[in-house]
Amino acid sequence: MTLAKKRAMTAYAFLLIPLVFFIAVRFGPMLYMMGRSLTDWSLLRKTNLFLGIANFAAVFSDPAFTAAMVNTLRYALVGAPVVIALSLAIALLLNGITRGKGLYRLIYVLPYITPIVAVSWVWRWIFQTPPLGLANGILGALGLPAQEFLNSPNSALYSILGVNIWVELGYCVTIFLAGIQTVPTDCLEAARIDGASERKVLSRIILPLLVPITFFLAIMQGIQFLRIFTPVYNMSSQAMGGPLNSTKSAALYIYQTAFTKFEMGKAAAASIILFALIMAVTLIQVRFFDKKTNY
Amino acid sequence: MDRIRRIAFALVAFALVAGGLASAETVKITYWQYFYQTKVDLMDSLIAQFQEKNPDIEVEQVTFPYESYNQKVAASIPAGEGPDVINLFGGWLPMYVKASYLQELPKASFPASYFKSTYYPFVADAVQFGGKYYSAPTAVRTLALIWNKKLFAEAGLDPNTPPKTLEELASFAKKLSKYDAQGNLIQAGLAMQPNGQGHSYIREVLFRQFGTAPYDATGRKVTYNNAAGVAALQWYMDRIQKDKVGYPNFTTDDVTAFKGQKAAMNIDGSFRIATLNGVKDLEWGAAELPSYKGIKSNFASFWTHGIVAGVSGKKLEASVKFLQFITSPDAMEQMLAKVGELPANPKIGEKHKDDPYVSVFLKGLPYAHATAYVDEAGQRTFFVDMIDEINLKGSKSADVLKATAAKEQTLIDDFWK
Amino acid sequence: MTRDRTLARTGSYVVLTLLAVAMVFPFFWMVLTSLKDATEIFQLRLFPTDPSLDNYAHILLGKGARFPIWFVNSMIVAIATTSSVLFFDSLIGYTLAKFTFPGKKLIFLLIISTLMIPTEMLVIPWYALSRAMKWGNTYWGIMFPGMISAFGVFLMRQFMSTLPDDLIDAARIDGRSEFSIFLFVALPLVTPALATLAIFNFVGNWNAFLWPLIVASKPKMFTIPVGLANFSGEAGSDWHLIMTGATVAMVPLVIVFLLFQKQIIRGIAMTGLKG
Repeated sequence: MTLAKKRAMTAYAFLLIPLVFFIAVRFGPMLYMMGRSLTDWSLLRKTNLFLGIANFAAVFSDPAFTAAMVNTLRYALVGAPVVIALSLAIALLLNGITRGKGLYRLIYVLPYITPIVAVSWVWRWIFQTPPLGLANGILGALGLPAQEFLNSPNSALYSILGVNIWVELGYCVTIFLAGIQTVPTDCLEAARIDGASERKVLSRIILPLLVPITFFLAIMQGIQFLRIFTPVYNMSSQAMGGPLNSTKSAALYIYQTAFTKFEMGKAAAASIILFALIMAVTLIQVRFFDKKTNY
Repeated sequence: MDRIRRIAFALVAFALVAGGLASAETVKITYWQYFYQTKVDLMDSLIAQFQEKNPDIEVEQVTFPYESYNQKVAASIPAGEGPDVINLFGGWLPMYVKASYLQELPKASFPASYFKSTYYPFVADAVQFGGKYYSAPTAVRTLALIWNKKLFAEAGLDPNTPPKTLEELASFAKKLSKYDAQGNLIQAGLAMQPNGQGHSYIREVLFRQFGTAPYDATGRKVTYNNAAGVAALQWYMDRIQKDKVGYPNFTTDDVTAFKGQKAAMNIDGSFRIATLNGVKDLEWGAAELPSYKGIKSNFASFWTHGIVAGVSGKKLEASVKFLQFITSPDAMEQMLAKVGELPANPKIGEKHKDDPYVSVFLKGLPYAHATAYVDEAGQRTFFVDMIDEINLKGSKSADVLKATAAKEQTLIDDFWK
Repeated sequence: MTRDRTLARTGSYVVLTLLAVAMVFPFFWMVLTSLKDATEIFQLRLFPTDPSLDNYAHILLGKGARFPIWFVNSMIVAIATTSSVLFFDSLIGYTLAKFTFPGKKLIFLLIISTLMIPTEMLVIPWYALSRAMKWGNTYWGIMFPGMISAFGVFLMRQFMSTLPDDLIDAARIDGRSEFSIFLFVALPLVTPALATLAIFNFVGNWNAFLWPLIVASKPKMFTIPVGLANFSGEAGSDWHLIMTGATVAMVPLVIVFLLFQKQIIRGIAMTGLKG
């Protein structure tokens, strides 16, 4: 055996267990589920009847699923842009100050590090209607009308969304800040010496250089919001995604279908649809940003 | 001779040791119930007593959160990972039997005559399915009106005179409600929580008081979609929307509100007695549910114990013994003392007719109705959504009731198909 | 000009401070609530009149208290998966960075592409798998999906490729085995990356919710987040206890966070810049 061959054998030996893992715990399960989404798979009976696309049809004709999909899109289409815009603004502000930059950033990252189950319950406590909730207590003290927050189908989704934005904010700020710091300082100094206003420096130099990072964050946050589950589960009454399904996300729908109704085939179909949605949104963003970056 | 004697001696000794070993070999069985602190504590103590009497049987209690209990049962029993003896809600029995989770109780130990002589008639009816008996309960529960005496006094009401009719209930609730300067409810006169006991209260109490049975005698046909049903629902909605004496999820839920003295009245079950007695500084009373036009009704339910399908041999013997023990008169007494659940045997209930709390819940039993659910969680959600639909979206009671009846009928039809 | 700058700077500080308050205040409120008793939580008052640690004693030391078990479970799961991830991810990263062999690119792509598969989609087949293998309610059942992380592979490969080849070749000439070169030559040189990966994995596993919720049904197998989610039950919501539980769930993470803030911030920045 040549030395190169011997080394290749070593490499394969090192990769053996990991490859088995990725096949058995990632690819295999995914293919298995795609197959079973075409059957009447249920954990309650031993059946394996081929149904074709009946599960997909059933999912699409289920009003709870339609509601969940609309909610999911709402989470993503509102959540991702807001969190990106907010964090960019904060990162720029942070970049402009000299003292305490690290401390502020540290504080902003705190919610991202803590268990989302715990923060969901903390916010659910804060969002209670009078006389319990702190948020309404503050509103009342300011003479403002009480809000229903999680109790109304009009505001519950946005209340949960707000918490998720609060959680993700520090993560995005940190990434933007790291990005801003890669902007060459001599470039900025040169522009300033040439008499460019701060606004021009920002719009002509800093922002264009942040496009790739914004692109990355848009995709990551888009996916993050499309997958939203934990805050919805913990902040809605009896984990139902209510009131009236107004906060139910696609992931919660999948969970309920699979693990409270045990209609695994139907849940598998729903999760493939969510997967397709995630892929589609990612691809659209890739397209969008491709055009933007190639001006 | 000596040799023979020695062999005989050895044989006897061997037999003794072997016998000793055999009897020392314990049978281990598992008991499942959902997590409710007072019930879990009681069962721990019942198990200890049982094991003392039956040193060859070991019982392990496993508990699950209430919300996920049914899911875990459904996931575990078909997979053979279930318990031997299981605690289930009476309304789940048809579903459990149909899914083959349970086995028929051995007739030798639990003959039909036993059920008829031991239990309230509605219990004896509800624990059988298709003429076979599948479970035996320890306790039953009914609803009552519970009220906070301190808040009654504060509102200028006699702390010892609860409302007796629906009209009184409504007017008391108004007097007991408090609002802040901006008009926000800060003390509920009457807690309104459909996903607690509220949906049962509408279903089996209000509907019947306003003149309609919720289901026909077979339990397979929804019969509340009529003028009486709309009137009953409207009465409930008026408390939320017109009088604003309470609303769903006020201070999280009705139990939290009542425990925190933020709800002056609530409609709750007998199983809450021990919990409420444990709340510091809470002085509360219980009364029969208010009547309407002289009609009384109540909702009765019970948690019962079954033996899981597939349990056999020594485990089955042990399970039967355990089941007999936890449904014995002594166990019923302990259940009443430590949890507040009413004895399922009328003769034992009779002994407590002077207890100020227990007697009230017992009084409801003769005119109580049990619901023949096919999917308790699903049917509960229909009612919760019905209230939300009217309250949050401003839909008309009549329209929503009609839609709910249709949905529930479809669900029931699907079950019996 | 300078006045404008000072004004702008002051404005920045005001905005940033307000935001910082918004970030921290919920935690502050959580801790304050945990020091109140069952009656006081119903009076909307910021500070407890008679602060006490009774709630902590109740959930940690009380009769039948299950928080300590959940805490230990979370520790076991987070430490075991993190150890596994550190070992395997660095081994894979090293192999992909420092070996040449047919199919290398394909294997790398294969591993990285699994990042696109959302957990929500995999829990269903994982559940079927753990039922078939009887892994329900076991530590292994909770841990198996996270034993290797594709993201970590990506990270470690980046770092391993910065190691000088000469060093590895020198070790080979010394006659060391390939595995011992990885373990004793390469690994010590990437400890900063290992630290970042370790912290992220620990935090991720400590906070994981969906899969543990599904696979652990017995309370004695719950992790902290699953236990916390099930804390509010049929007997009403004891908010003083829920907030106490939430505080307990956060304490280890806040400690990790304060100890390793540099690595955490760097780790986050790295995920953004190298993605």
